[in-house]
Amino acid sequence: MNLILISLLTLGIVGAASAIILYFVAKKFYVYEDPRIDEVEAALPAANCGGCGFPGCRGFANACVSADTLDGLNCPVGGNDTMQAVASILGKTVASSAPTVAVVRCGGTCDHRPRMNEYDGVQHCFIAHNLYSGETGCSWGCLGLGDCEVSCEFDAIKVNPITKIPEVDEDKCTSCGACVRACPKLLIEIRKKGPKSRRIYVNCRNEDKGHIAKKSCDVSCIGCGKCVQVCPHEAITITNNLAFIHDDKCKLCRKCVEVCPTHSIVELNFPPRKVKEPLTPEGD
Amino acid sequence: MKTFRIGGIHPKENKFSAGKKIQVAAIPKQVVIPLSHYIGAPSEAVVKRGDLVKVGQLIGKANGFISANVHSSVSGKVTKIDVQLDATGYKRQAVFIDVDGDEWLDNIDRSPDLKRECNLSKEEILEKIKDAGIVGLGGATFPAHVKLSPPPGKKADVLIINAVECESYLTCDHQLMLEKGEEILVGVTILMKALEVKRAVIGIENNKKDAIAHLSNLAKIYPGIEVEALKVQYPQGGEKQLIDAIIRRQVPSGRIPIEVGAVVQNVGTTFAVYEAVQKNKPMIERVMTITGKDAPNPGNYLVRLGVYLQNVVDEAGGVPEGTGKIVGGGPMMGRSFMNLNVPMAKGSAGVLFLRDEEAVRKPMKNCIRCTKCVTVCPMGLEPFLLMNQSERNMWPEMEKNRVMDCIECGSCSYTCPSNRPLLDYIRYGKTTVGGIIRSRATAK
Repeated sequence: MNLILISLLTLGIVGAASAIILYFVAKKFYVYEDPRIDEVEAALPAANCGGCGFPGCRGFANACVSADTLDGLNCPVGGNDTMQAVASILGKTVASSAPTVAVVRCGGTCDHRPRMNEYDGVQHCFIAHNLYSGETGCSWGCLGLGDCEVSCEFDAIKVNPITKIPEVDEDKCTSCGACVRACPKLLIEIRKKGPKSRRIYVNCRNEDKGHIAKKSCDVSCIGCGKCVQVCPHEAITITNNLAFIHDDKCKLCRKCVEVCPTHSIVELNFPPRKVKEPLTPEGD
Repeated sequence: MKTFRIGGIHPKENKFSAGKKIQVAAIPKQVVIPLSHYIGAPSEAVVKRGDLVKVGQLIGKANGFISANVHSSVSGKVTKIDVQLDATGYKRQAVFIDVDGDEWLDNIDRSPDLKRECNLSKEEILEKIKDAGIVGLGGATFPAHVKLSPPPGKKADVLIINAVECESYLTCDHQLMLEKGEEILVGVTILMKALEVKRAVIGIENNKKDAIAHLSNLAKIYPGIEVEALKVQYPQGGEKQLIDAIIRRQVPSGRIPIEVGAVVQNVGTTFAVYEAVQKNKPMIERVMTITGKDAPNPGNYLVRLGVYLQNVVDEAGGVPEGTGKIVGGGPMMGRSFMNLNVPMAKGSAGVLFLRDEEAVRKPMKNCIRCTKCVTVCPMGLEPFLLMNQSERNMWPEMEKNRVMDCIECGSCSYTCPSNRPLLDYIRYGKTTVGGIIRSRATAK
């Protein structure tokens, strides 16, 4: 009986003393945290992908709350809806941004880019890139070892086993930019998704002179400048023998696609063109 | 017998071409002379399309301090200056020349007579070496004049000549010592004069007993030159390993050999210095070993720079059947060539045919923490740790673990019982960390 009483008393005193100490310690080391951070975090997609440039969703929420305006802050995964929700929580305004998607700028499939040698080293793009320019004659193109596939948290980019070129699943891609950073050849670009997912882009990164580029790959951009001449919106520029279509100026008229001699300008998700009726020759 | 004190391995030697006389390779119809070097800034072309050039004429001017001149190795007409896939695996600027005859510049002395006396001053010697575009022929192709001009306040007290040739298969330096021993020793005295040192040591591994005997015999009349026989151990040809082996000084991490008062030059470089200073002959050719277990004619060949690999291979009897890889240099540090249309550069020490079964990579297994890689690492690093960190992109940690000290000798990958590609990952980490360090330096 006595024993039980003593134990209860001792434990009770230790407990009470600890509670008092902890109370004062908690007061002393209290950190004020804006309650809105939790609210904003709850509104975010919780992907923790880092696509916004901050360490995880909480880091982004923190940045949103502490920033004066939401300019330059964007959650690529959640898109406009999420940013509107964040803005309404914080009582700030946010400009709506066009949805974006990752685009792989290499068309050098096995048919177009003959293989010159065989790489049997470590199956990672960054290791192969560190050693040499790749299995084909094009030193700019895709190595096809799938670092982008590994980097994607959303299962949205996959290397096609037949063409050995990665393909982006538009529905899954959140344009977080992980693949952009993973690609040692800098092939992947975040572009505007475009109305009805219609896009036009230069499907090549080869900066070699035209004849060298053409020799190593059938569908490479040779920097001929035909697209620049034909573009009515001044949306195309050529730097280092490589054309680039600025997606903020492009009006998707498709004129450049028609004139490109190497078919390195690609159109996506457009309806098929009207075929002009060929003139029937007279006579028999 | 001396050797370096940390790590090291002893791969099977396979020196099939040992004792084979140096043969002069035929000059092909076209050569492509690369303007870029393995290390340093690419040279600037000083010829243009349609120019007629002679053997020894300057075609590429050094661009910056760590860079070297490039000279035409043939006489003929420049057809174009364009990019060419070279032994580094990338397309780089090169000068394409169509060969027409073999006309040399008049000031080059082509007689085989030995010229001992050199009355030039230190500055004149350095100038000649720089003009001749001499780079280290051991593999890294570091410009020789840079090593010979120590930074202010630093003074060398010993010159070490690297005649180790620790890579298995290669024999070009060995044969050069046997055939051009006197010239090499004159080259050493010239280098000693340029550096103002009284002592020079030629380090030779003990598997080349004939070369040791030959050079020791010749060196008797040259004061200050010693020949040191070294225990056979890879990578003894590494600069820091050789200094440790011969004079027992250790170069601190991240420093260069001049900090401990030593300058190392390759024996092939020494011969090139002799030719440049005494005969006015710029660096336009080098001795290469063409070898392999199935090679029809393993041997040592004197090859002009810029000759396509195809021509070199034809010279030695073609590619043997069942060849899986053709490696430029030795089996440990050499790189595979991408195809046969690759021009030979100043650093090409050999062409090695590996059989299919030798060339294949064995499947990688898990690390069993046996620490064999730690035991063999000549720089005292922990390769297994560096590989793990490189896989996880832990760059600051890699820097702390001194990844920049790695000499990429490949001993770790060679010894790993689980066939782990340690060096591939470490090299990737080294490139990345090096980039981070450089960008930090420029930001300051």
